[in-house]
Amino acid sequence: MSSPLLQVEELRKYFPIRGGLLRGVKAQVKAVDGVSLVLQPGQTYGLVGESGCGKSTLGRSIIRLYEPTAGKVMLDGADITHLSRNEMLPYRERMQMIFQDPYASLSPRRTVSQTLREPLDIHNKGDRDTRDKRVRELLDVVGMSQRALNRYPHEFSGGQRQRIGIARALALNPRLIIADEPVSALDVSVQSQVLNLVADLQREHGIAFLFIAHDLAVIQHVSDRIGVMYLGKIVEATDSQTLYAHPKHPYTRALLSAIPLPEPGRKRSRIVLGGDVPSPANPPGGCPFHPRCPDAMDRCRTEIPAPRELGTPAAPHEVSCHLYD
Amino acid sequence: MAEPLLRVRDLAIEFDTQYGTVRAVDGVSFDIYPEETVGLVGESGCGKTVTGLSLLGLIPKPPGRIAAGSIEFGGRDLATASEEELRTIRGSEISMIFQEPMTALNPVFTIGNQMADVLARHKGLTDSQARTEAIEMLGRVGIPSPARRVDEYPHQLSGGQRQRVMIAMALSCNPKLLIADEPTTALDVTTQAQVLEQINKLQEEFRMAVILITHDLGVVAETCQRALVMYCGKVAEQAPIEELFAQPRHPYTAGLLSSIPRIREDRPEHLPIIAGRVPDLLHLPAGCRFAARCERALDRCQTEQPELGEKTASAACFNPVPV
Repeated sequence: MSSPLLQVEELRKYFPIRGGLLRGVKAQVKAVDGVSLVLQPGQTYGLVGESGCGKSTLGRSIIRLYEPTAGKVMLDGADITHLSRNEMLPYRERMQMIFQDPYASLSPRRTVSQTLREPLDIHNKGDRDTRDKRVRELLDVVGMSQRALNRYPHEFSGGQRQRIGIARALALNPRLIIADEPVSALDVSVQSQVLNLVADLQREHGIAFLFIAHDLAVIQHVSDRIGVMYLGKIVEATDSQTLYAHPKHPYTRALLSAIPLPEPGRKRSRIVLGGDVPSPANPPGGCPFHPRCPDAMDRCRTEIPAPRELGTPAAPHEVSCHLYD
Repeated sequence: MAEPLLRVRDLAIEFDTQYGTVRAVDGVSFDIYPEETVGLVGESGCGKTVTGLSLLGLIPKPPGRIAAGSIEFGGRDLATASEEELRTIRGSEISMIFQEPMTALNPVFTIGNQMADVLARHKGLTDSQARTEAIEMLGRVGIPSPARRVDEYPHQLSGGQRQRVMIAMALSCNPKLLIADEPTTALDVTTQAQVLEQINKLQEEFRMAVILITHDLGVVAETCQRALVMYCGKVAEQAPIEELFAQPRHPYTAGLLSSIPRIREDRPEHLPIIAGRVPDLLHLPAGCRFAARCERALDRCQTEQPELGEKTASAACFNPVPV
């Protein structure tokens, strides 16, 4: 097996809650609480979970938009967790991000050409002419007309803006793209266009994706491996087929059964969970899922389940649940 | 068949913009029968929300207005009704819930306070009667410890609970028709499942009709008996759910259905897509509005506008997908 492109070990990101007279730290929001994952070159790792589970924070901590509290991020075998801004620069070239909201993630004052040139300028790629050429090339790659060059973001639809965001991420030929909910703001018919574009880019350029989404169908469509997050932890991780055919964690099962299917009349046994996701500032003791879990036992209330390997070395399947002891 | 509860005919809604007048809804007709759930489906900008708002006279005017058509409900035409008449209908006979319950609730009043408002206006209850009634309604929509929750403010509740409060308010006067505009779009899947189940259950208890406005075909398949698919201000197709999903006749419906990513064993490399995009409402084509994106378009489609038939299952298309 080739060496992994991205390795995340026991990554933690805590946000302090300050309050009181001296603005002292009263508590911590454990947004990401000990997450490990491995991503091979050219593959897609899907991170799925409900709002507040920490999936976006995890993505941003990996690319160091947030400083991780603890743990390790390795890109191509090099530890990038504590690199300075300058030291980080060569790694940023290999690792880019696409954001959910194409309205907020493009500068309204810059033309498309300016936006696409910026990464080339920062990283000092080639001379003026090669940069111009690259910008044109990028528009082609994402299927946009050259007429877009001198226009501003507000002149485009949501789907087109997302294409511009993708083009920007591609400018430096990255090996890894972290895509945070890249299609959730788009309509179904546009969503499928963007998903197809992502699939083509991956095949043609061998780019690896960390694909973050809340939509289980989208995640299954794009991912080789999938990690299911709940309250800052990955509770189940395996390959895409296994996860959907044989989900093990009670949360994964509930999540899968809750998706409304576009197939009327197909009766399913739905597991409707009680209650809401607890606040990550005040997570329940023991297994974080126990207050909503239909299979909770006594020990779930006190003991945090450690990840267990239920698969084979060739097809790993990790589950953090006491049911599988 | 029973008499329709609501009869919408040739509804047209216009908005004035700085670039000219746009017709966001153009010639929409449909009937809603008592106690049925009808989905109003489409992508953003297709006119589904504006149609829903117009039924309660909630189109902001200016810049908007109902330009033509009628909305018959209980012997009145809501399209021309006065603000005073509409006010007695809103919340008592027709209620509406919205996508974002945080912005639809007033942050500076308690839940109980806001619910009492509705009850005092339409049922003439006293403060203490209204409070008792509010607590009962909160219990019925599945809010745990309603007697405590009634004194809380919206920010103290989770998204799912806020939507339940909205539903409790909407149902407190026993409306005959509930218009639910993307009621679960802002919610997580597990919460969405809870809320949809609750709406279904309450519909039976309260024996009301529901118009469910959504972009999510999965939600429609699981909750509605019938659906109208809207495209660019017009109804492209209407049909009972089973037919619509098994045999979509309008090429737009068919395209929409096949472009949804689904959980399945054989993962296709590419999702089928609908090429192109929705035309600009300011520059509409002369013929069918879907023609430019349609694989089945004929010459005729470029010049003539297809009409939606009167039948319960019909598509506004000159060359529908064969059965």
